[in-house]
Amino acid sequence: MGHIVLENVEKSFGEVTVIPPLNLEMEDGEFVVFVGPSGCGKSTLLRLIAGLEDVTGGTIRIDGQDATAVPPAKRGLAMVFQSYALYPHMTVRKNITFPLRMAKLDQAEQKRRVEQAAAVLNLTEYLDRRPGQLSGGQRQRVAIGRAIVREPSAFLFDEPLSNLDAALRVGMRLEISELHERLKTTMIYVTHDQVEAMTMADKIVVLQAGRIEQVGSPLELYRTPRNRFVAGFIGSPKMNFLEGPEARKHDAQTIGIRPEHITPSSSEGTWKGRVGVAEHLGSDTFFHVHMEECAEPVTVRSGGEVDMHHGDTIYLTPDVEQIHRFDDQGLRIG
Amino acid sequence: MATLHARSAARLMMAPAVVLLLGWMLVPLVMTLYFSFKRYLPLRGGDLGWTGFDNYVRFVTSSSFWPSVQATLIIVGGVLLITVVLGVLLALLLDQPMWGQGIVRILVIAPFFVMPTVSALVWKNMFMDPVNGLFAHLWKFFGLAPLEWLSQASLFSIILIVSWQWLPFATLILLTAIQSLDREQLEAGEIDGAPPLARFRHIILPHLGQAITIVILIQTIFLLSIFAEIFVTTQGSFGTRTLTYLIFQRVLESQNVGLGSAGGVYAIILANIVALFLMRIVGKNLDT
Ligand SMILES: Nc1ncnc2c1ncn2[C@@H]1O[C@H](COP(=O)(O)OP(=O)(O)OP(=O)(O)O)[C@@H](O)[C@H]1O
Ligand SMILES: [Mg+2]
Repeated sequence: MGHIVLENVEKSFGEVTVIPPLNLEMEDGEFVVFVGPSGCGKSTLLRLIAGLEDVTGGTIRIDGQDATAVPPAKRGLAMVFQSYALYPHMTVRKNITFPLRMAKLDQAEQKRRVEQAAAVLNLTEYLDRRPGQLSGGQRQRVAIGRAIVREPSAFLFDEPLSNLDAALRVGMRLEISELHERLKTTMIYVTHDQVEAMTMADKIVVLQAGRIEQVGSPLELYRTPRNRFVAGFIGSPKMNFLEGPEARKHDAQTIGIRPEHITPSSSEGTWKGRVGVAEHLGSDTFFHVHMEECAEPVTVRSGGEVDMHHGDTIYLTPDVEQIHRFDDQGLRIG
Repeated sequence: MATLHARSAARLMMAPAVVLLLGWMLVPLVMTLYFSFKRYLPLRGGDLGWTGFDNYVRFVTSSSFWPSVQATLIIVGGVLLITVVLGVLLALLLDQPMWGQGIVRILVIAPFFVMPTVSALVWKNMFMDPVNGLFAHLWKFFGLAPLEWLSQASLFSIILIVSWQWLPFATLILLTAIQSLDREQLEAGEIDGAPPLARFRHIILPHLGQAITIVILIQTIFLLSIFAEIFVTTQGSFGTRTLTYLIFQRVLESQNVGLGSAGGVYAIILANIVALFLMRIVGKNLDT
């Protein structure tokens, strides 16, 4: 259940090719996250899987069956939309029951499943309210409830948390992860937030302009990004890239080093620079360091209690083991 | 206390408009009331003094009163039914992406720009004429005897003509309502396994509730007073004498202004009853 395979799937809107032929496999029970910059085709890919858009070419297999021409309702998938897409004139109970009513399940079973879902999602008190009378997080839970009562073979989420505030987002992220732990159902999750991707995914699919840049576990992508794009996209704050003489020392066109792999010091180090902005977060401090060798400031992470400020001279020592090297195509070397 | 200041200033500024509007509405209303208590026959002696409630009693007890109320309600109800049902269907159709959408939409609105008198004449002479009308030709083509629309199906003919005029209005309002429906709701419905008919019934129709209410209320206001269509076609014969038309006949054909004014007051009462009734059944849609 919930084994989804895309074979040479492609999609164009008229003349514009949004997704060139693409192959991808999602194992049963896996939490797969699609990440990529805005407009790279994440939603389109998800809608192709859901059946809301027709593929221009290729095959979609769900549990071994060719599902390319199967209508959305028959694919056994449930989707949670970014705007929640709740039915505004129905109560929460009716919203959650709707797919069961459409499937013509008997009344007792409908009631049982709705109550179970409501209990899981802490919605029991709100069952008789309308979506308009709920907070954003509660609406999100109703949308998830409507998806889980169907007991689908896979869940599709399209940026479900992007309308929530930061604190709620962290909470819902945990809830969705817990839900996945409990249900063990395949989940495909679209986001442009790499923190969500890193924390939730079993497997991350990095997309750019409809192409898959890399597929792998969060740590694989963090440790061995296949190219500059993935290296820059995964990790927060972003990886620093240096070109020119520094890169040539390592036989590369560009070298990349993450902020957490540079040690700052006020007295000695490999590189010398001047502190621009210093962001003191308490637990961490991020320095944006201006160096003569490169145009972009280099971001450095250090502990919370470092006493350096704007304009101070700073020395940086990169961890040589952790330097990523890229060739002139932006591909990883070694 | 700026708000208090602003409020009194606002009142002062609104005053001219309010006074004008009051005068505009009150003067005719008071004159109608005034004449309704008079025996006033302009061509047969003029003002013949006060008569108390005589005009009111005569108007209701006349044999044409209740049939006229009935005809009014049938026409209003029939037109509402046709325009709302067809309006929803047309709006659904026009919402589909299709070739030449812009032109089709303008064509659909066109009847609304045709004056009632003109459209009634066109219908009467081009479509419903028992000898030369298009319908007559159609009936003959199928080997049937042509219908004399305006006498044999008089009420229905009027309903048809008026519906044709008001369908664009309903369609337009309903179309904008449909276009404001969040597409993701329909997609969610699709994924939830709702076939097209169920999506219409459970998602689109509830979304249209408010727009339908507005269409019904606005149309009712105008439909209660339709006149030109009847004047041009049946002249109130064959059971098409509405309350408005009856008043017209009393005032202008019988030259009895007092009696007509009493009828006018009844028309106001009828309009209020209908409005109350509509508000009760459909008005609650406006809250949500
Ligand atoms: N119906 C459509 N017709 C034409 N082009 C479309 C259509 N839907 C999407 N596109 C184009 O396809 C590309 C990918 O869109 P998509 O919505 O999949 O992006 P996304 O990765 O989900 O972005 P975001 O993170 O902003 O949601 C965009 O360039 C968009 O303009
Ligand atoms: Mg998107």
